[in-house]
Amino acid sequence: MKKSVFLGTLAATALLAGFASAGTLEDVKARGELICGVNTGLVGFAAPDANGNWQGFDVDVCRAVAAAVLGDASKVKYVPTTGETRFTALASGEIDLLSRNTTWTFSRDVELKFTFVGVNYYDGQGFMVKKDLGVTSAKELDGATICIQTGTTTELNLADFFKSNNMSYQPVAIQTNAEGEQQYLAGACDAYTTDASGLAATRAAFADPENHVILPEIISKEPLGPVVRQGDDQWADIVRWTLNALIAAEEYGVTSANVDELAKGTQNPEINRLLGAEGNLGEMLGLDKDWAHRAIKAVGNYGEIFAAHIGESTPIGLARGLNAQWTQGGLMYSPPFR
Amino acid sequence: MTMVSDTPKQRFRLGMLVYDTRYRSITIQTVVGILFMAGAWWLIDNLLSNLAQLGKSPSFAFLWNRAGYDIDQTLIPYTNDDTHFRAMLVGLANTILVSVLGCIAATVLGVVVGVLRLSKNWLIGRLMTVYVEMFRNVPVLLWILVVFAVFTDVTPSPNEFRVTESMLAEGIEPKASKIVFDSVAITNRGTYIPKPLFERSLGAIHIGFMPISLNTLAILAVVLASFLGWRALLRHATRVQEETGERPTTWWKSLLVLFAPITLLLMALGFHLEIPELAGFNFKGGIRVSNAFMALWLGLTLYTAAFIAEIVRAGILAVPKGQTEAAYALGFRPTLTMRLVILPQALRVIIPPLISQFLNLTKNSSLAIAVSYMDLRGTLGGITLNQTGRELECMLLLMLIYLALSLLISSVMNVYNSFVKLKER
Repeated sequence: MKKSVFLGTLAATALLAGFASAGTLEDVKARGELICGVNTGLVGFAAPDANGNWQGFDVDVCRAVAAAVLGDASKVKYVPTTGETRFTALASGEIDLLSRNTTWTFSRDVELKFTFVGVNYYDGQGFMVKKDLGVTSAKELDGATICIQTGTTTELNLADFFKSNNMSYQPVAIQTNAEGEQQYLAGACDAYTTDASGLAATRAAFADPENHVILPEIISKEPLGPVVRQGDDQWADIVRWTLNALIAAEEYGVTSANVDELAKGTQNPEINRLLGAEGNLGEMLGLDKDWAHRAIKAVGNYGEIFAAHIGESTPIGLARGLNAQWTQGGLMYSPPFR
Repeated sequence: MTMVSDTPKQRFRLGMLVYDTRYRSITIQTVVGILFMAGAWWLIDNLLSNLAQLGKSPSFAFLWNRAGYDIDQTLIPYTNDDTHFRAMLVGLANTILVSVLGCIAATVLGVVVGVLRLSKNWLIGRLMTVYVEMFRNVPVLLWILVVFAVFTDVTPSPNEFRVTESMLAEGIEPKASKIVFDSVAITNRGTYIPKPLFERSLGAIHIGFMPISLNTLAILAVVLASFLGWRALLRHATRVQEETGERPTTWWKSLLVLFAPITLLLMALGFHLEIPELAGFNFKGGIRVSNAFMALWLGLTLYTAAFIAEIVRAGILAVPKGQTEAAYALGFRPTLTMRLVILPQALRVIIPPLISQFLNLTKNSSLAIAVSYMDLRGTLGGITLNQTGRELECMLLLMLIYLALSLLISSVMNVYNSFVKLKER
């Protein structure tokens, strides 16, 4: 492992020298495929379905970008990454885009040299425990054994939370969500901690979800969003505005069902600019004028994606909460398309 | 006649570098050497310039930043307020612990299995063959995972040890209970064993970052002194026997020399055991030996012991059969023959490949991450690398430390090898 990472870094930097001049957009177009880093398996966010096709909330960001850039939402190669491998994969150029429940933090943005293009899910860290443990608050977890995914912000939040509440705990560091699930169910830890959305998704996959409770405390802010390498502003803009297009589409009532109709022209100039009936926003990005149309057509608007994968009608059953449109009291707010 | 000075001196021409066999090999070596250096330089330069382009010029300053994460097994004091450097040392200590214990256990097991595999007892011989072939031919990672799964799935959770008021009233026994005089608790999170404590502790001295307990030092010194005293006692007895033909009684003196000083010392220090007790979610008090450690240690031991068994068997078979026959002819029993005749000679063949096995075990201990044992790879190469994003620096440091550790082990073993190897005069 240690050697392969090093050699990988060497090889990757040797490769970087080759395409340092060419942008990610040209690479993706030349390859005819978008390489997208996703979770190794978190139902609702990114997990292969029964037919082996990747499905989920984060996967749809990849699909939307592929539709906007390549005109085909299926031309995506998914690379499952763990909390530990994701940044190396992105920095080395192994993936074009990381869409994997990644928290936007100062040091990742500034020190690790990545660009967070936006937030597609406002989350916070929570705890899940078995109901028969009789714990109702995270403050009662003094002395507990806690499973955490290593290489994540949750690891640091957990240390801070227990320290500030003057409590002790035993960490069990795990690599992937699947491993965490297994350890937690086997009773190797009292509580499992990760982003509350991840807990809900994990619990939904249990045989007996009713026997597990997610504690009310949310101990951190976890704005999750897609990430690209710093230094390729055009590519960052494409991903950022594709995400914004999905959010704006919900605000203006553009859905995958009516997008073809609305693309012909509407009374609303904002929709016309978004869908390419007016202006040349697509060309400014280095794409064509139908880019947003294709993205929305392929995956639906933000609200549709949310409802399809993690919304209240799915087993995961997350409420919109902070992730509602700003007009509905949430934080989802796209800058204007003009 | 001045024949010699008359021989025309062949002038050196550039072409000779290729056509003259005296120079050709030097030419080729020089050219290949330069190409190799240029290639290596190109890679390093490429790496550095690309890192600079990313704005990540190599720096080890991150080692002195606050780590911010917790580690569950810390042999040296550590909190999340300490630096990444200290977290690295904690990981290194964990790596050394599992490697050293693994090497010791694998050697003991390997020697026993290797000798038993040569046993004339059909059943024992075959059983050992099955053991060796099974463990040698399955990847060590799988063995570690299997042991870990057994420990987590088969053992009871701490909760099952709980005795509530209502259970007492109804006379229900808890599902699990502690063993060995109610002092050892085996749970699916680790094994809790009693912890030795001292009422009148001597304290500790701090050498750099590492506190060294004076109690431990005192105990070690007394044990060593007792052992030396006991040896002197036996030597004296042998001398008396040689002079007078009668061996003085030594058993009670031996017992006295071996055990009285240490008992006195422990009493003086106020030695007592802290028994682990269930409190809250887990057992409190005592020493917790995590399942991750047990799994890694056992997995590495069982796997490496299979190789060591083969090395031992090969070493024994390398000693000519005539040696055994000669020993029997002199009236040695099989056990004595093995101890005094065969093994000392076999060791010469055994030690060099044994060093490789120790090195392998140490390096394989980096598989710890599979069972969440926080070794060097888990701290420096795992969490620190991830939280700081310093892949190159962490990996270089990690490789350097493993290299140093391996060289250290092999030099220590080489010293031992020079003791047992054939002394030629």
